[in-house]
Amino acid sequence: MSTSEAREAILSRIRTALADVPGVPAAEDTPVPWTYGQPRVLDDVIDRFEDRVVDYRAGFERCSASDLPNRVVAALRAHGVTSTVLPAGLDAAVVDAVAGAGLAVSRDDPPLSRQQLDATGAVVTTCATAAAETGTIMMDHGPGQGRRALSLVPDVHLCIVRADQVATDVPEAVARIAGAVRDQRPITWISGGSATSDIELSRVEGVHGPRTLHVLLVEG
Amino acid sequence: MSKATQVPVRRAGHTDLESTRRTPAPPAGDLIDSPRFPVQAKVELGNPVQRKNLHHAMTTIRAKRTKVAAELDNWEDLRLAGEAIKNRTLRHLDQYLVQLEESLTAAGTTVHWARDAQEANAIIVGLVNEALGDAEGDAREVVKVKSMATQEIDMNEALEEAGIAAWETDLAELIVQLGHDRPSHILVPAIHRNRSEVREIFLEEMGRYGRPAPEGLDTEPANLAGAARLHLREKFLRAKVAISGANFAVAETGTLVVVESEGNGRMCLTLAETLISVVGIEKVLPTVEDLEVFLQLLPRSSTGERMNPYTSLWTGPTAGDGPQTMHVVLIDNGRTKVLSDPKGREALRCIRCSACINVCPVYEKVGGHAYGSVYPGPIGSVLTPQLRGVTSPVDASLPYASTLCGACFDVCPVRIPLPDLLVHMRHKVVEGKKAKAEADGLKGLLHPHAEPAIMKATAQVLSSPKLWAAATAAGSLGGKALKGRVAKFGPLPWPLSKWTNARDVPIPPTESFRAWYARTHHEDGSLK
Repeated sequence: MSTSEAREAILSRIRTALADVPGVPAAEDTPVPWTYGQPRVLDDVIDRFEDRVVDYRAGFERCSASDLPNRVVAALRAHGVTSTVLPAGLDAAVVDAVAGAGLAVSRDDPPLSRQQLDATGAVVTTCATAAAETGTIMMDHGPGQGRRALSLVPDVHLCIVRADQVATDVPEAVARIAGAVRDQRPITWISGGSATSDIELSRVEGVHGPRTLHVLLVEG
Repeated sequence: MSKATQVPVRRAGHTDLESTRRTPAPPAGDLIDSPRFPVQAKVELGNPVQRKNLHHAMTTIRAKRTKVAAELDNWEDLRLAGEAIKNRTLRHLDQYLVQLEESLTAAGTTVHWARDAQEANAIIVGLVNEALGDAEGDAREVVKVKSMATQEIDMNEALEEAGIAAWETDLAELIVQLGHDRPSHILVPAIHRNRSEVREIFLEEMGRYGRPAPEGLDTEPANLAGAARLHLREKFLRAKVAISGANFAVAETGTLVVVESEGNGRMCLTLAETLISVVGIEKVLPTVEDLEVFLQLLPRSSTGERMNPYTSLWTGPTAGDGPQTMHVVLIDNGRTKVLSDPKGREALRCIRCSACINVCPVYEKVGGHAYGSVYPGPIGSVLTPQLRGVTSPVDASLPYASTLCGACFDVCPVRIPLPDLLVHMRHKVVEGKKAKAEADGLKGLLHPHAEPAIMKATAQVLSSPKLWAAATAAGSLGGKALKGRVAKFGPLPWPLSKWTNARDVPIPPTESFRAWYARTHHEDGSLK
């Protein structure tokens, strides 16, 4: 821990500034009128998720587990992709299908350089959880998801989401991912493709992150 | 462990460094030396292109915010929760900061503390030099995630003076940097520019600092964003050091959070080898779960989206993924001064969403540059004079840069009572002037402000029917004399100029209501 002069000075200034605050525990001094982790009431969680993802102008399709490998290949072809990076832990059937379709496959082992990653057309990943109300995918970069740069540098991101991974809204999703945060894992939330509204507030999809996000929702 | 590396930071005029600069020079001078708000507002109002750009942008973003805030039936509950969590943290800030430091350190991040901008910049310059080692020439550079804290401390110029180029990677910040300009908004800093201006800046400047803009670049926003993608990608791919701010810092876990849209933040946070995060001490939140409140409030209040495209959370370095060396610089820079005022400290709840700016009728007309502060609009008018004090002319004028209409409080996601705080700060300005007059031995000779004297005289007239009749008769005479010649008064002589400098005064009617009533009605009230 730091013992610098600045640290002591700042903490002492704070204590002086807060002389009016009674010396009771924070939670007792200032109650927070909120119940954490509550799900939102939704008619159909997956329908809501689809509606929100599509609203960000990202791709969305539903498929069965058995159909997934073929749908991955079809989606990659539809986006004109010839090279892919498939992180460790991704479903072997998906890896075999992509390789079998004649697309170049890297498993990021040994890790690709930034330049190699920049020259790679697409990445296929899974995710940790998702929030329907906001159309958000949450990654904890565990097996099947790869290190953070993999789902950032290639221009196309195909993300496989299992139906049971979709929570109703942000509070429920935060409750699901809090363990990974406490395990000090890096976390990335993705809501649509990269976008900017910096010029005249007109929304442009596709800046530095993947310009195409395509979600494959696996049911059953 | 975190002892500041002492590097002298010279604050030189920009022009004398022009020939050897690494990055485009911003306008000369320090923000705190800006003219008083009403003076600069008049200049800004004379720019019709800016007014048109702002009107269009603010109208658009207000409508988006209203729509997505209304979607959540528990929006008011979220605001109350946001207010309470921030209050809890601020009222026990010393405990949460010590906890944050412990968690950050346990996660492998080195923590530094800085009392002011100069101390912060000295630490940062030292850390960057250490990380760059003996790199030379173009390699002496850092890539930056958009950050208000680094703007507040003028970090880019401190790095520039140390021979290090700091590249803004947010599209709007890039437009501002390449345009030798200053940000005019905390969320969309180049909102005073339109697409044609952006195209000109890119064509003119990009080639001087890296990959030039594509030939034949048009004004389509998608193509302008595409030019920025290409220009910045080479900088991302070679980045050794990145500098970020943080929207939130979780005390319990030592997790930092950056909320963004473009992916430039992720590039910096992921591709660099060393990451330095500059974090205001008020950014701390108690627990991970508190994020469920703020990550609903912030995007909906800010860009008017249900969720921003990218949010990154990280808790120290991760083997094989992203920067392996991490530093956090916790900055005070006036915040403890704000904290010492039990009323004023409410402004420290601010999460920099910009909703109050977007809804402010004054901001929409004059834009951000008139405020002479990195924080414009209502929040800037209450926060900046607290952070910097009310002694400079611009800081003493900021609490008056508002009509007190109250729209800002209604949209604030953490319920900062901005109109109350504006009045509170006006009081502080008056008290400051009184104290100065007393110190100068002028007590009793001068009232520091004309308004109370005028109000006193007005009260006398309004409480006497005779005086009132005389005053309105005098007004109608003036109205008759001016009728048909002019529609309104321009500036009036002192002390009335205090009012008319920023307001038009209509020509008085040619007849008072009382005179009209007496002319058209009998004494019993019936019409003549």
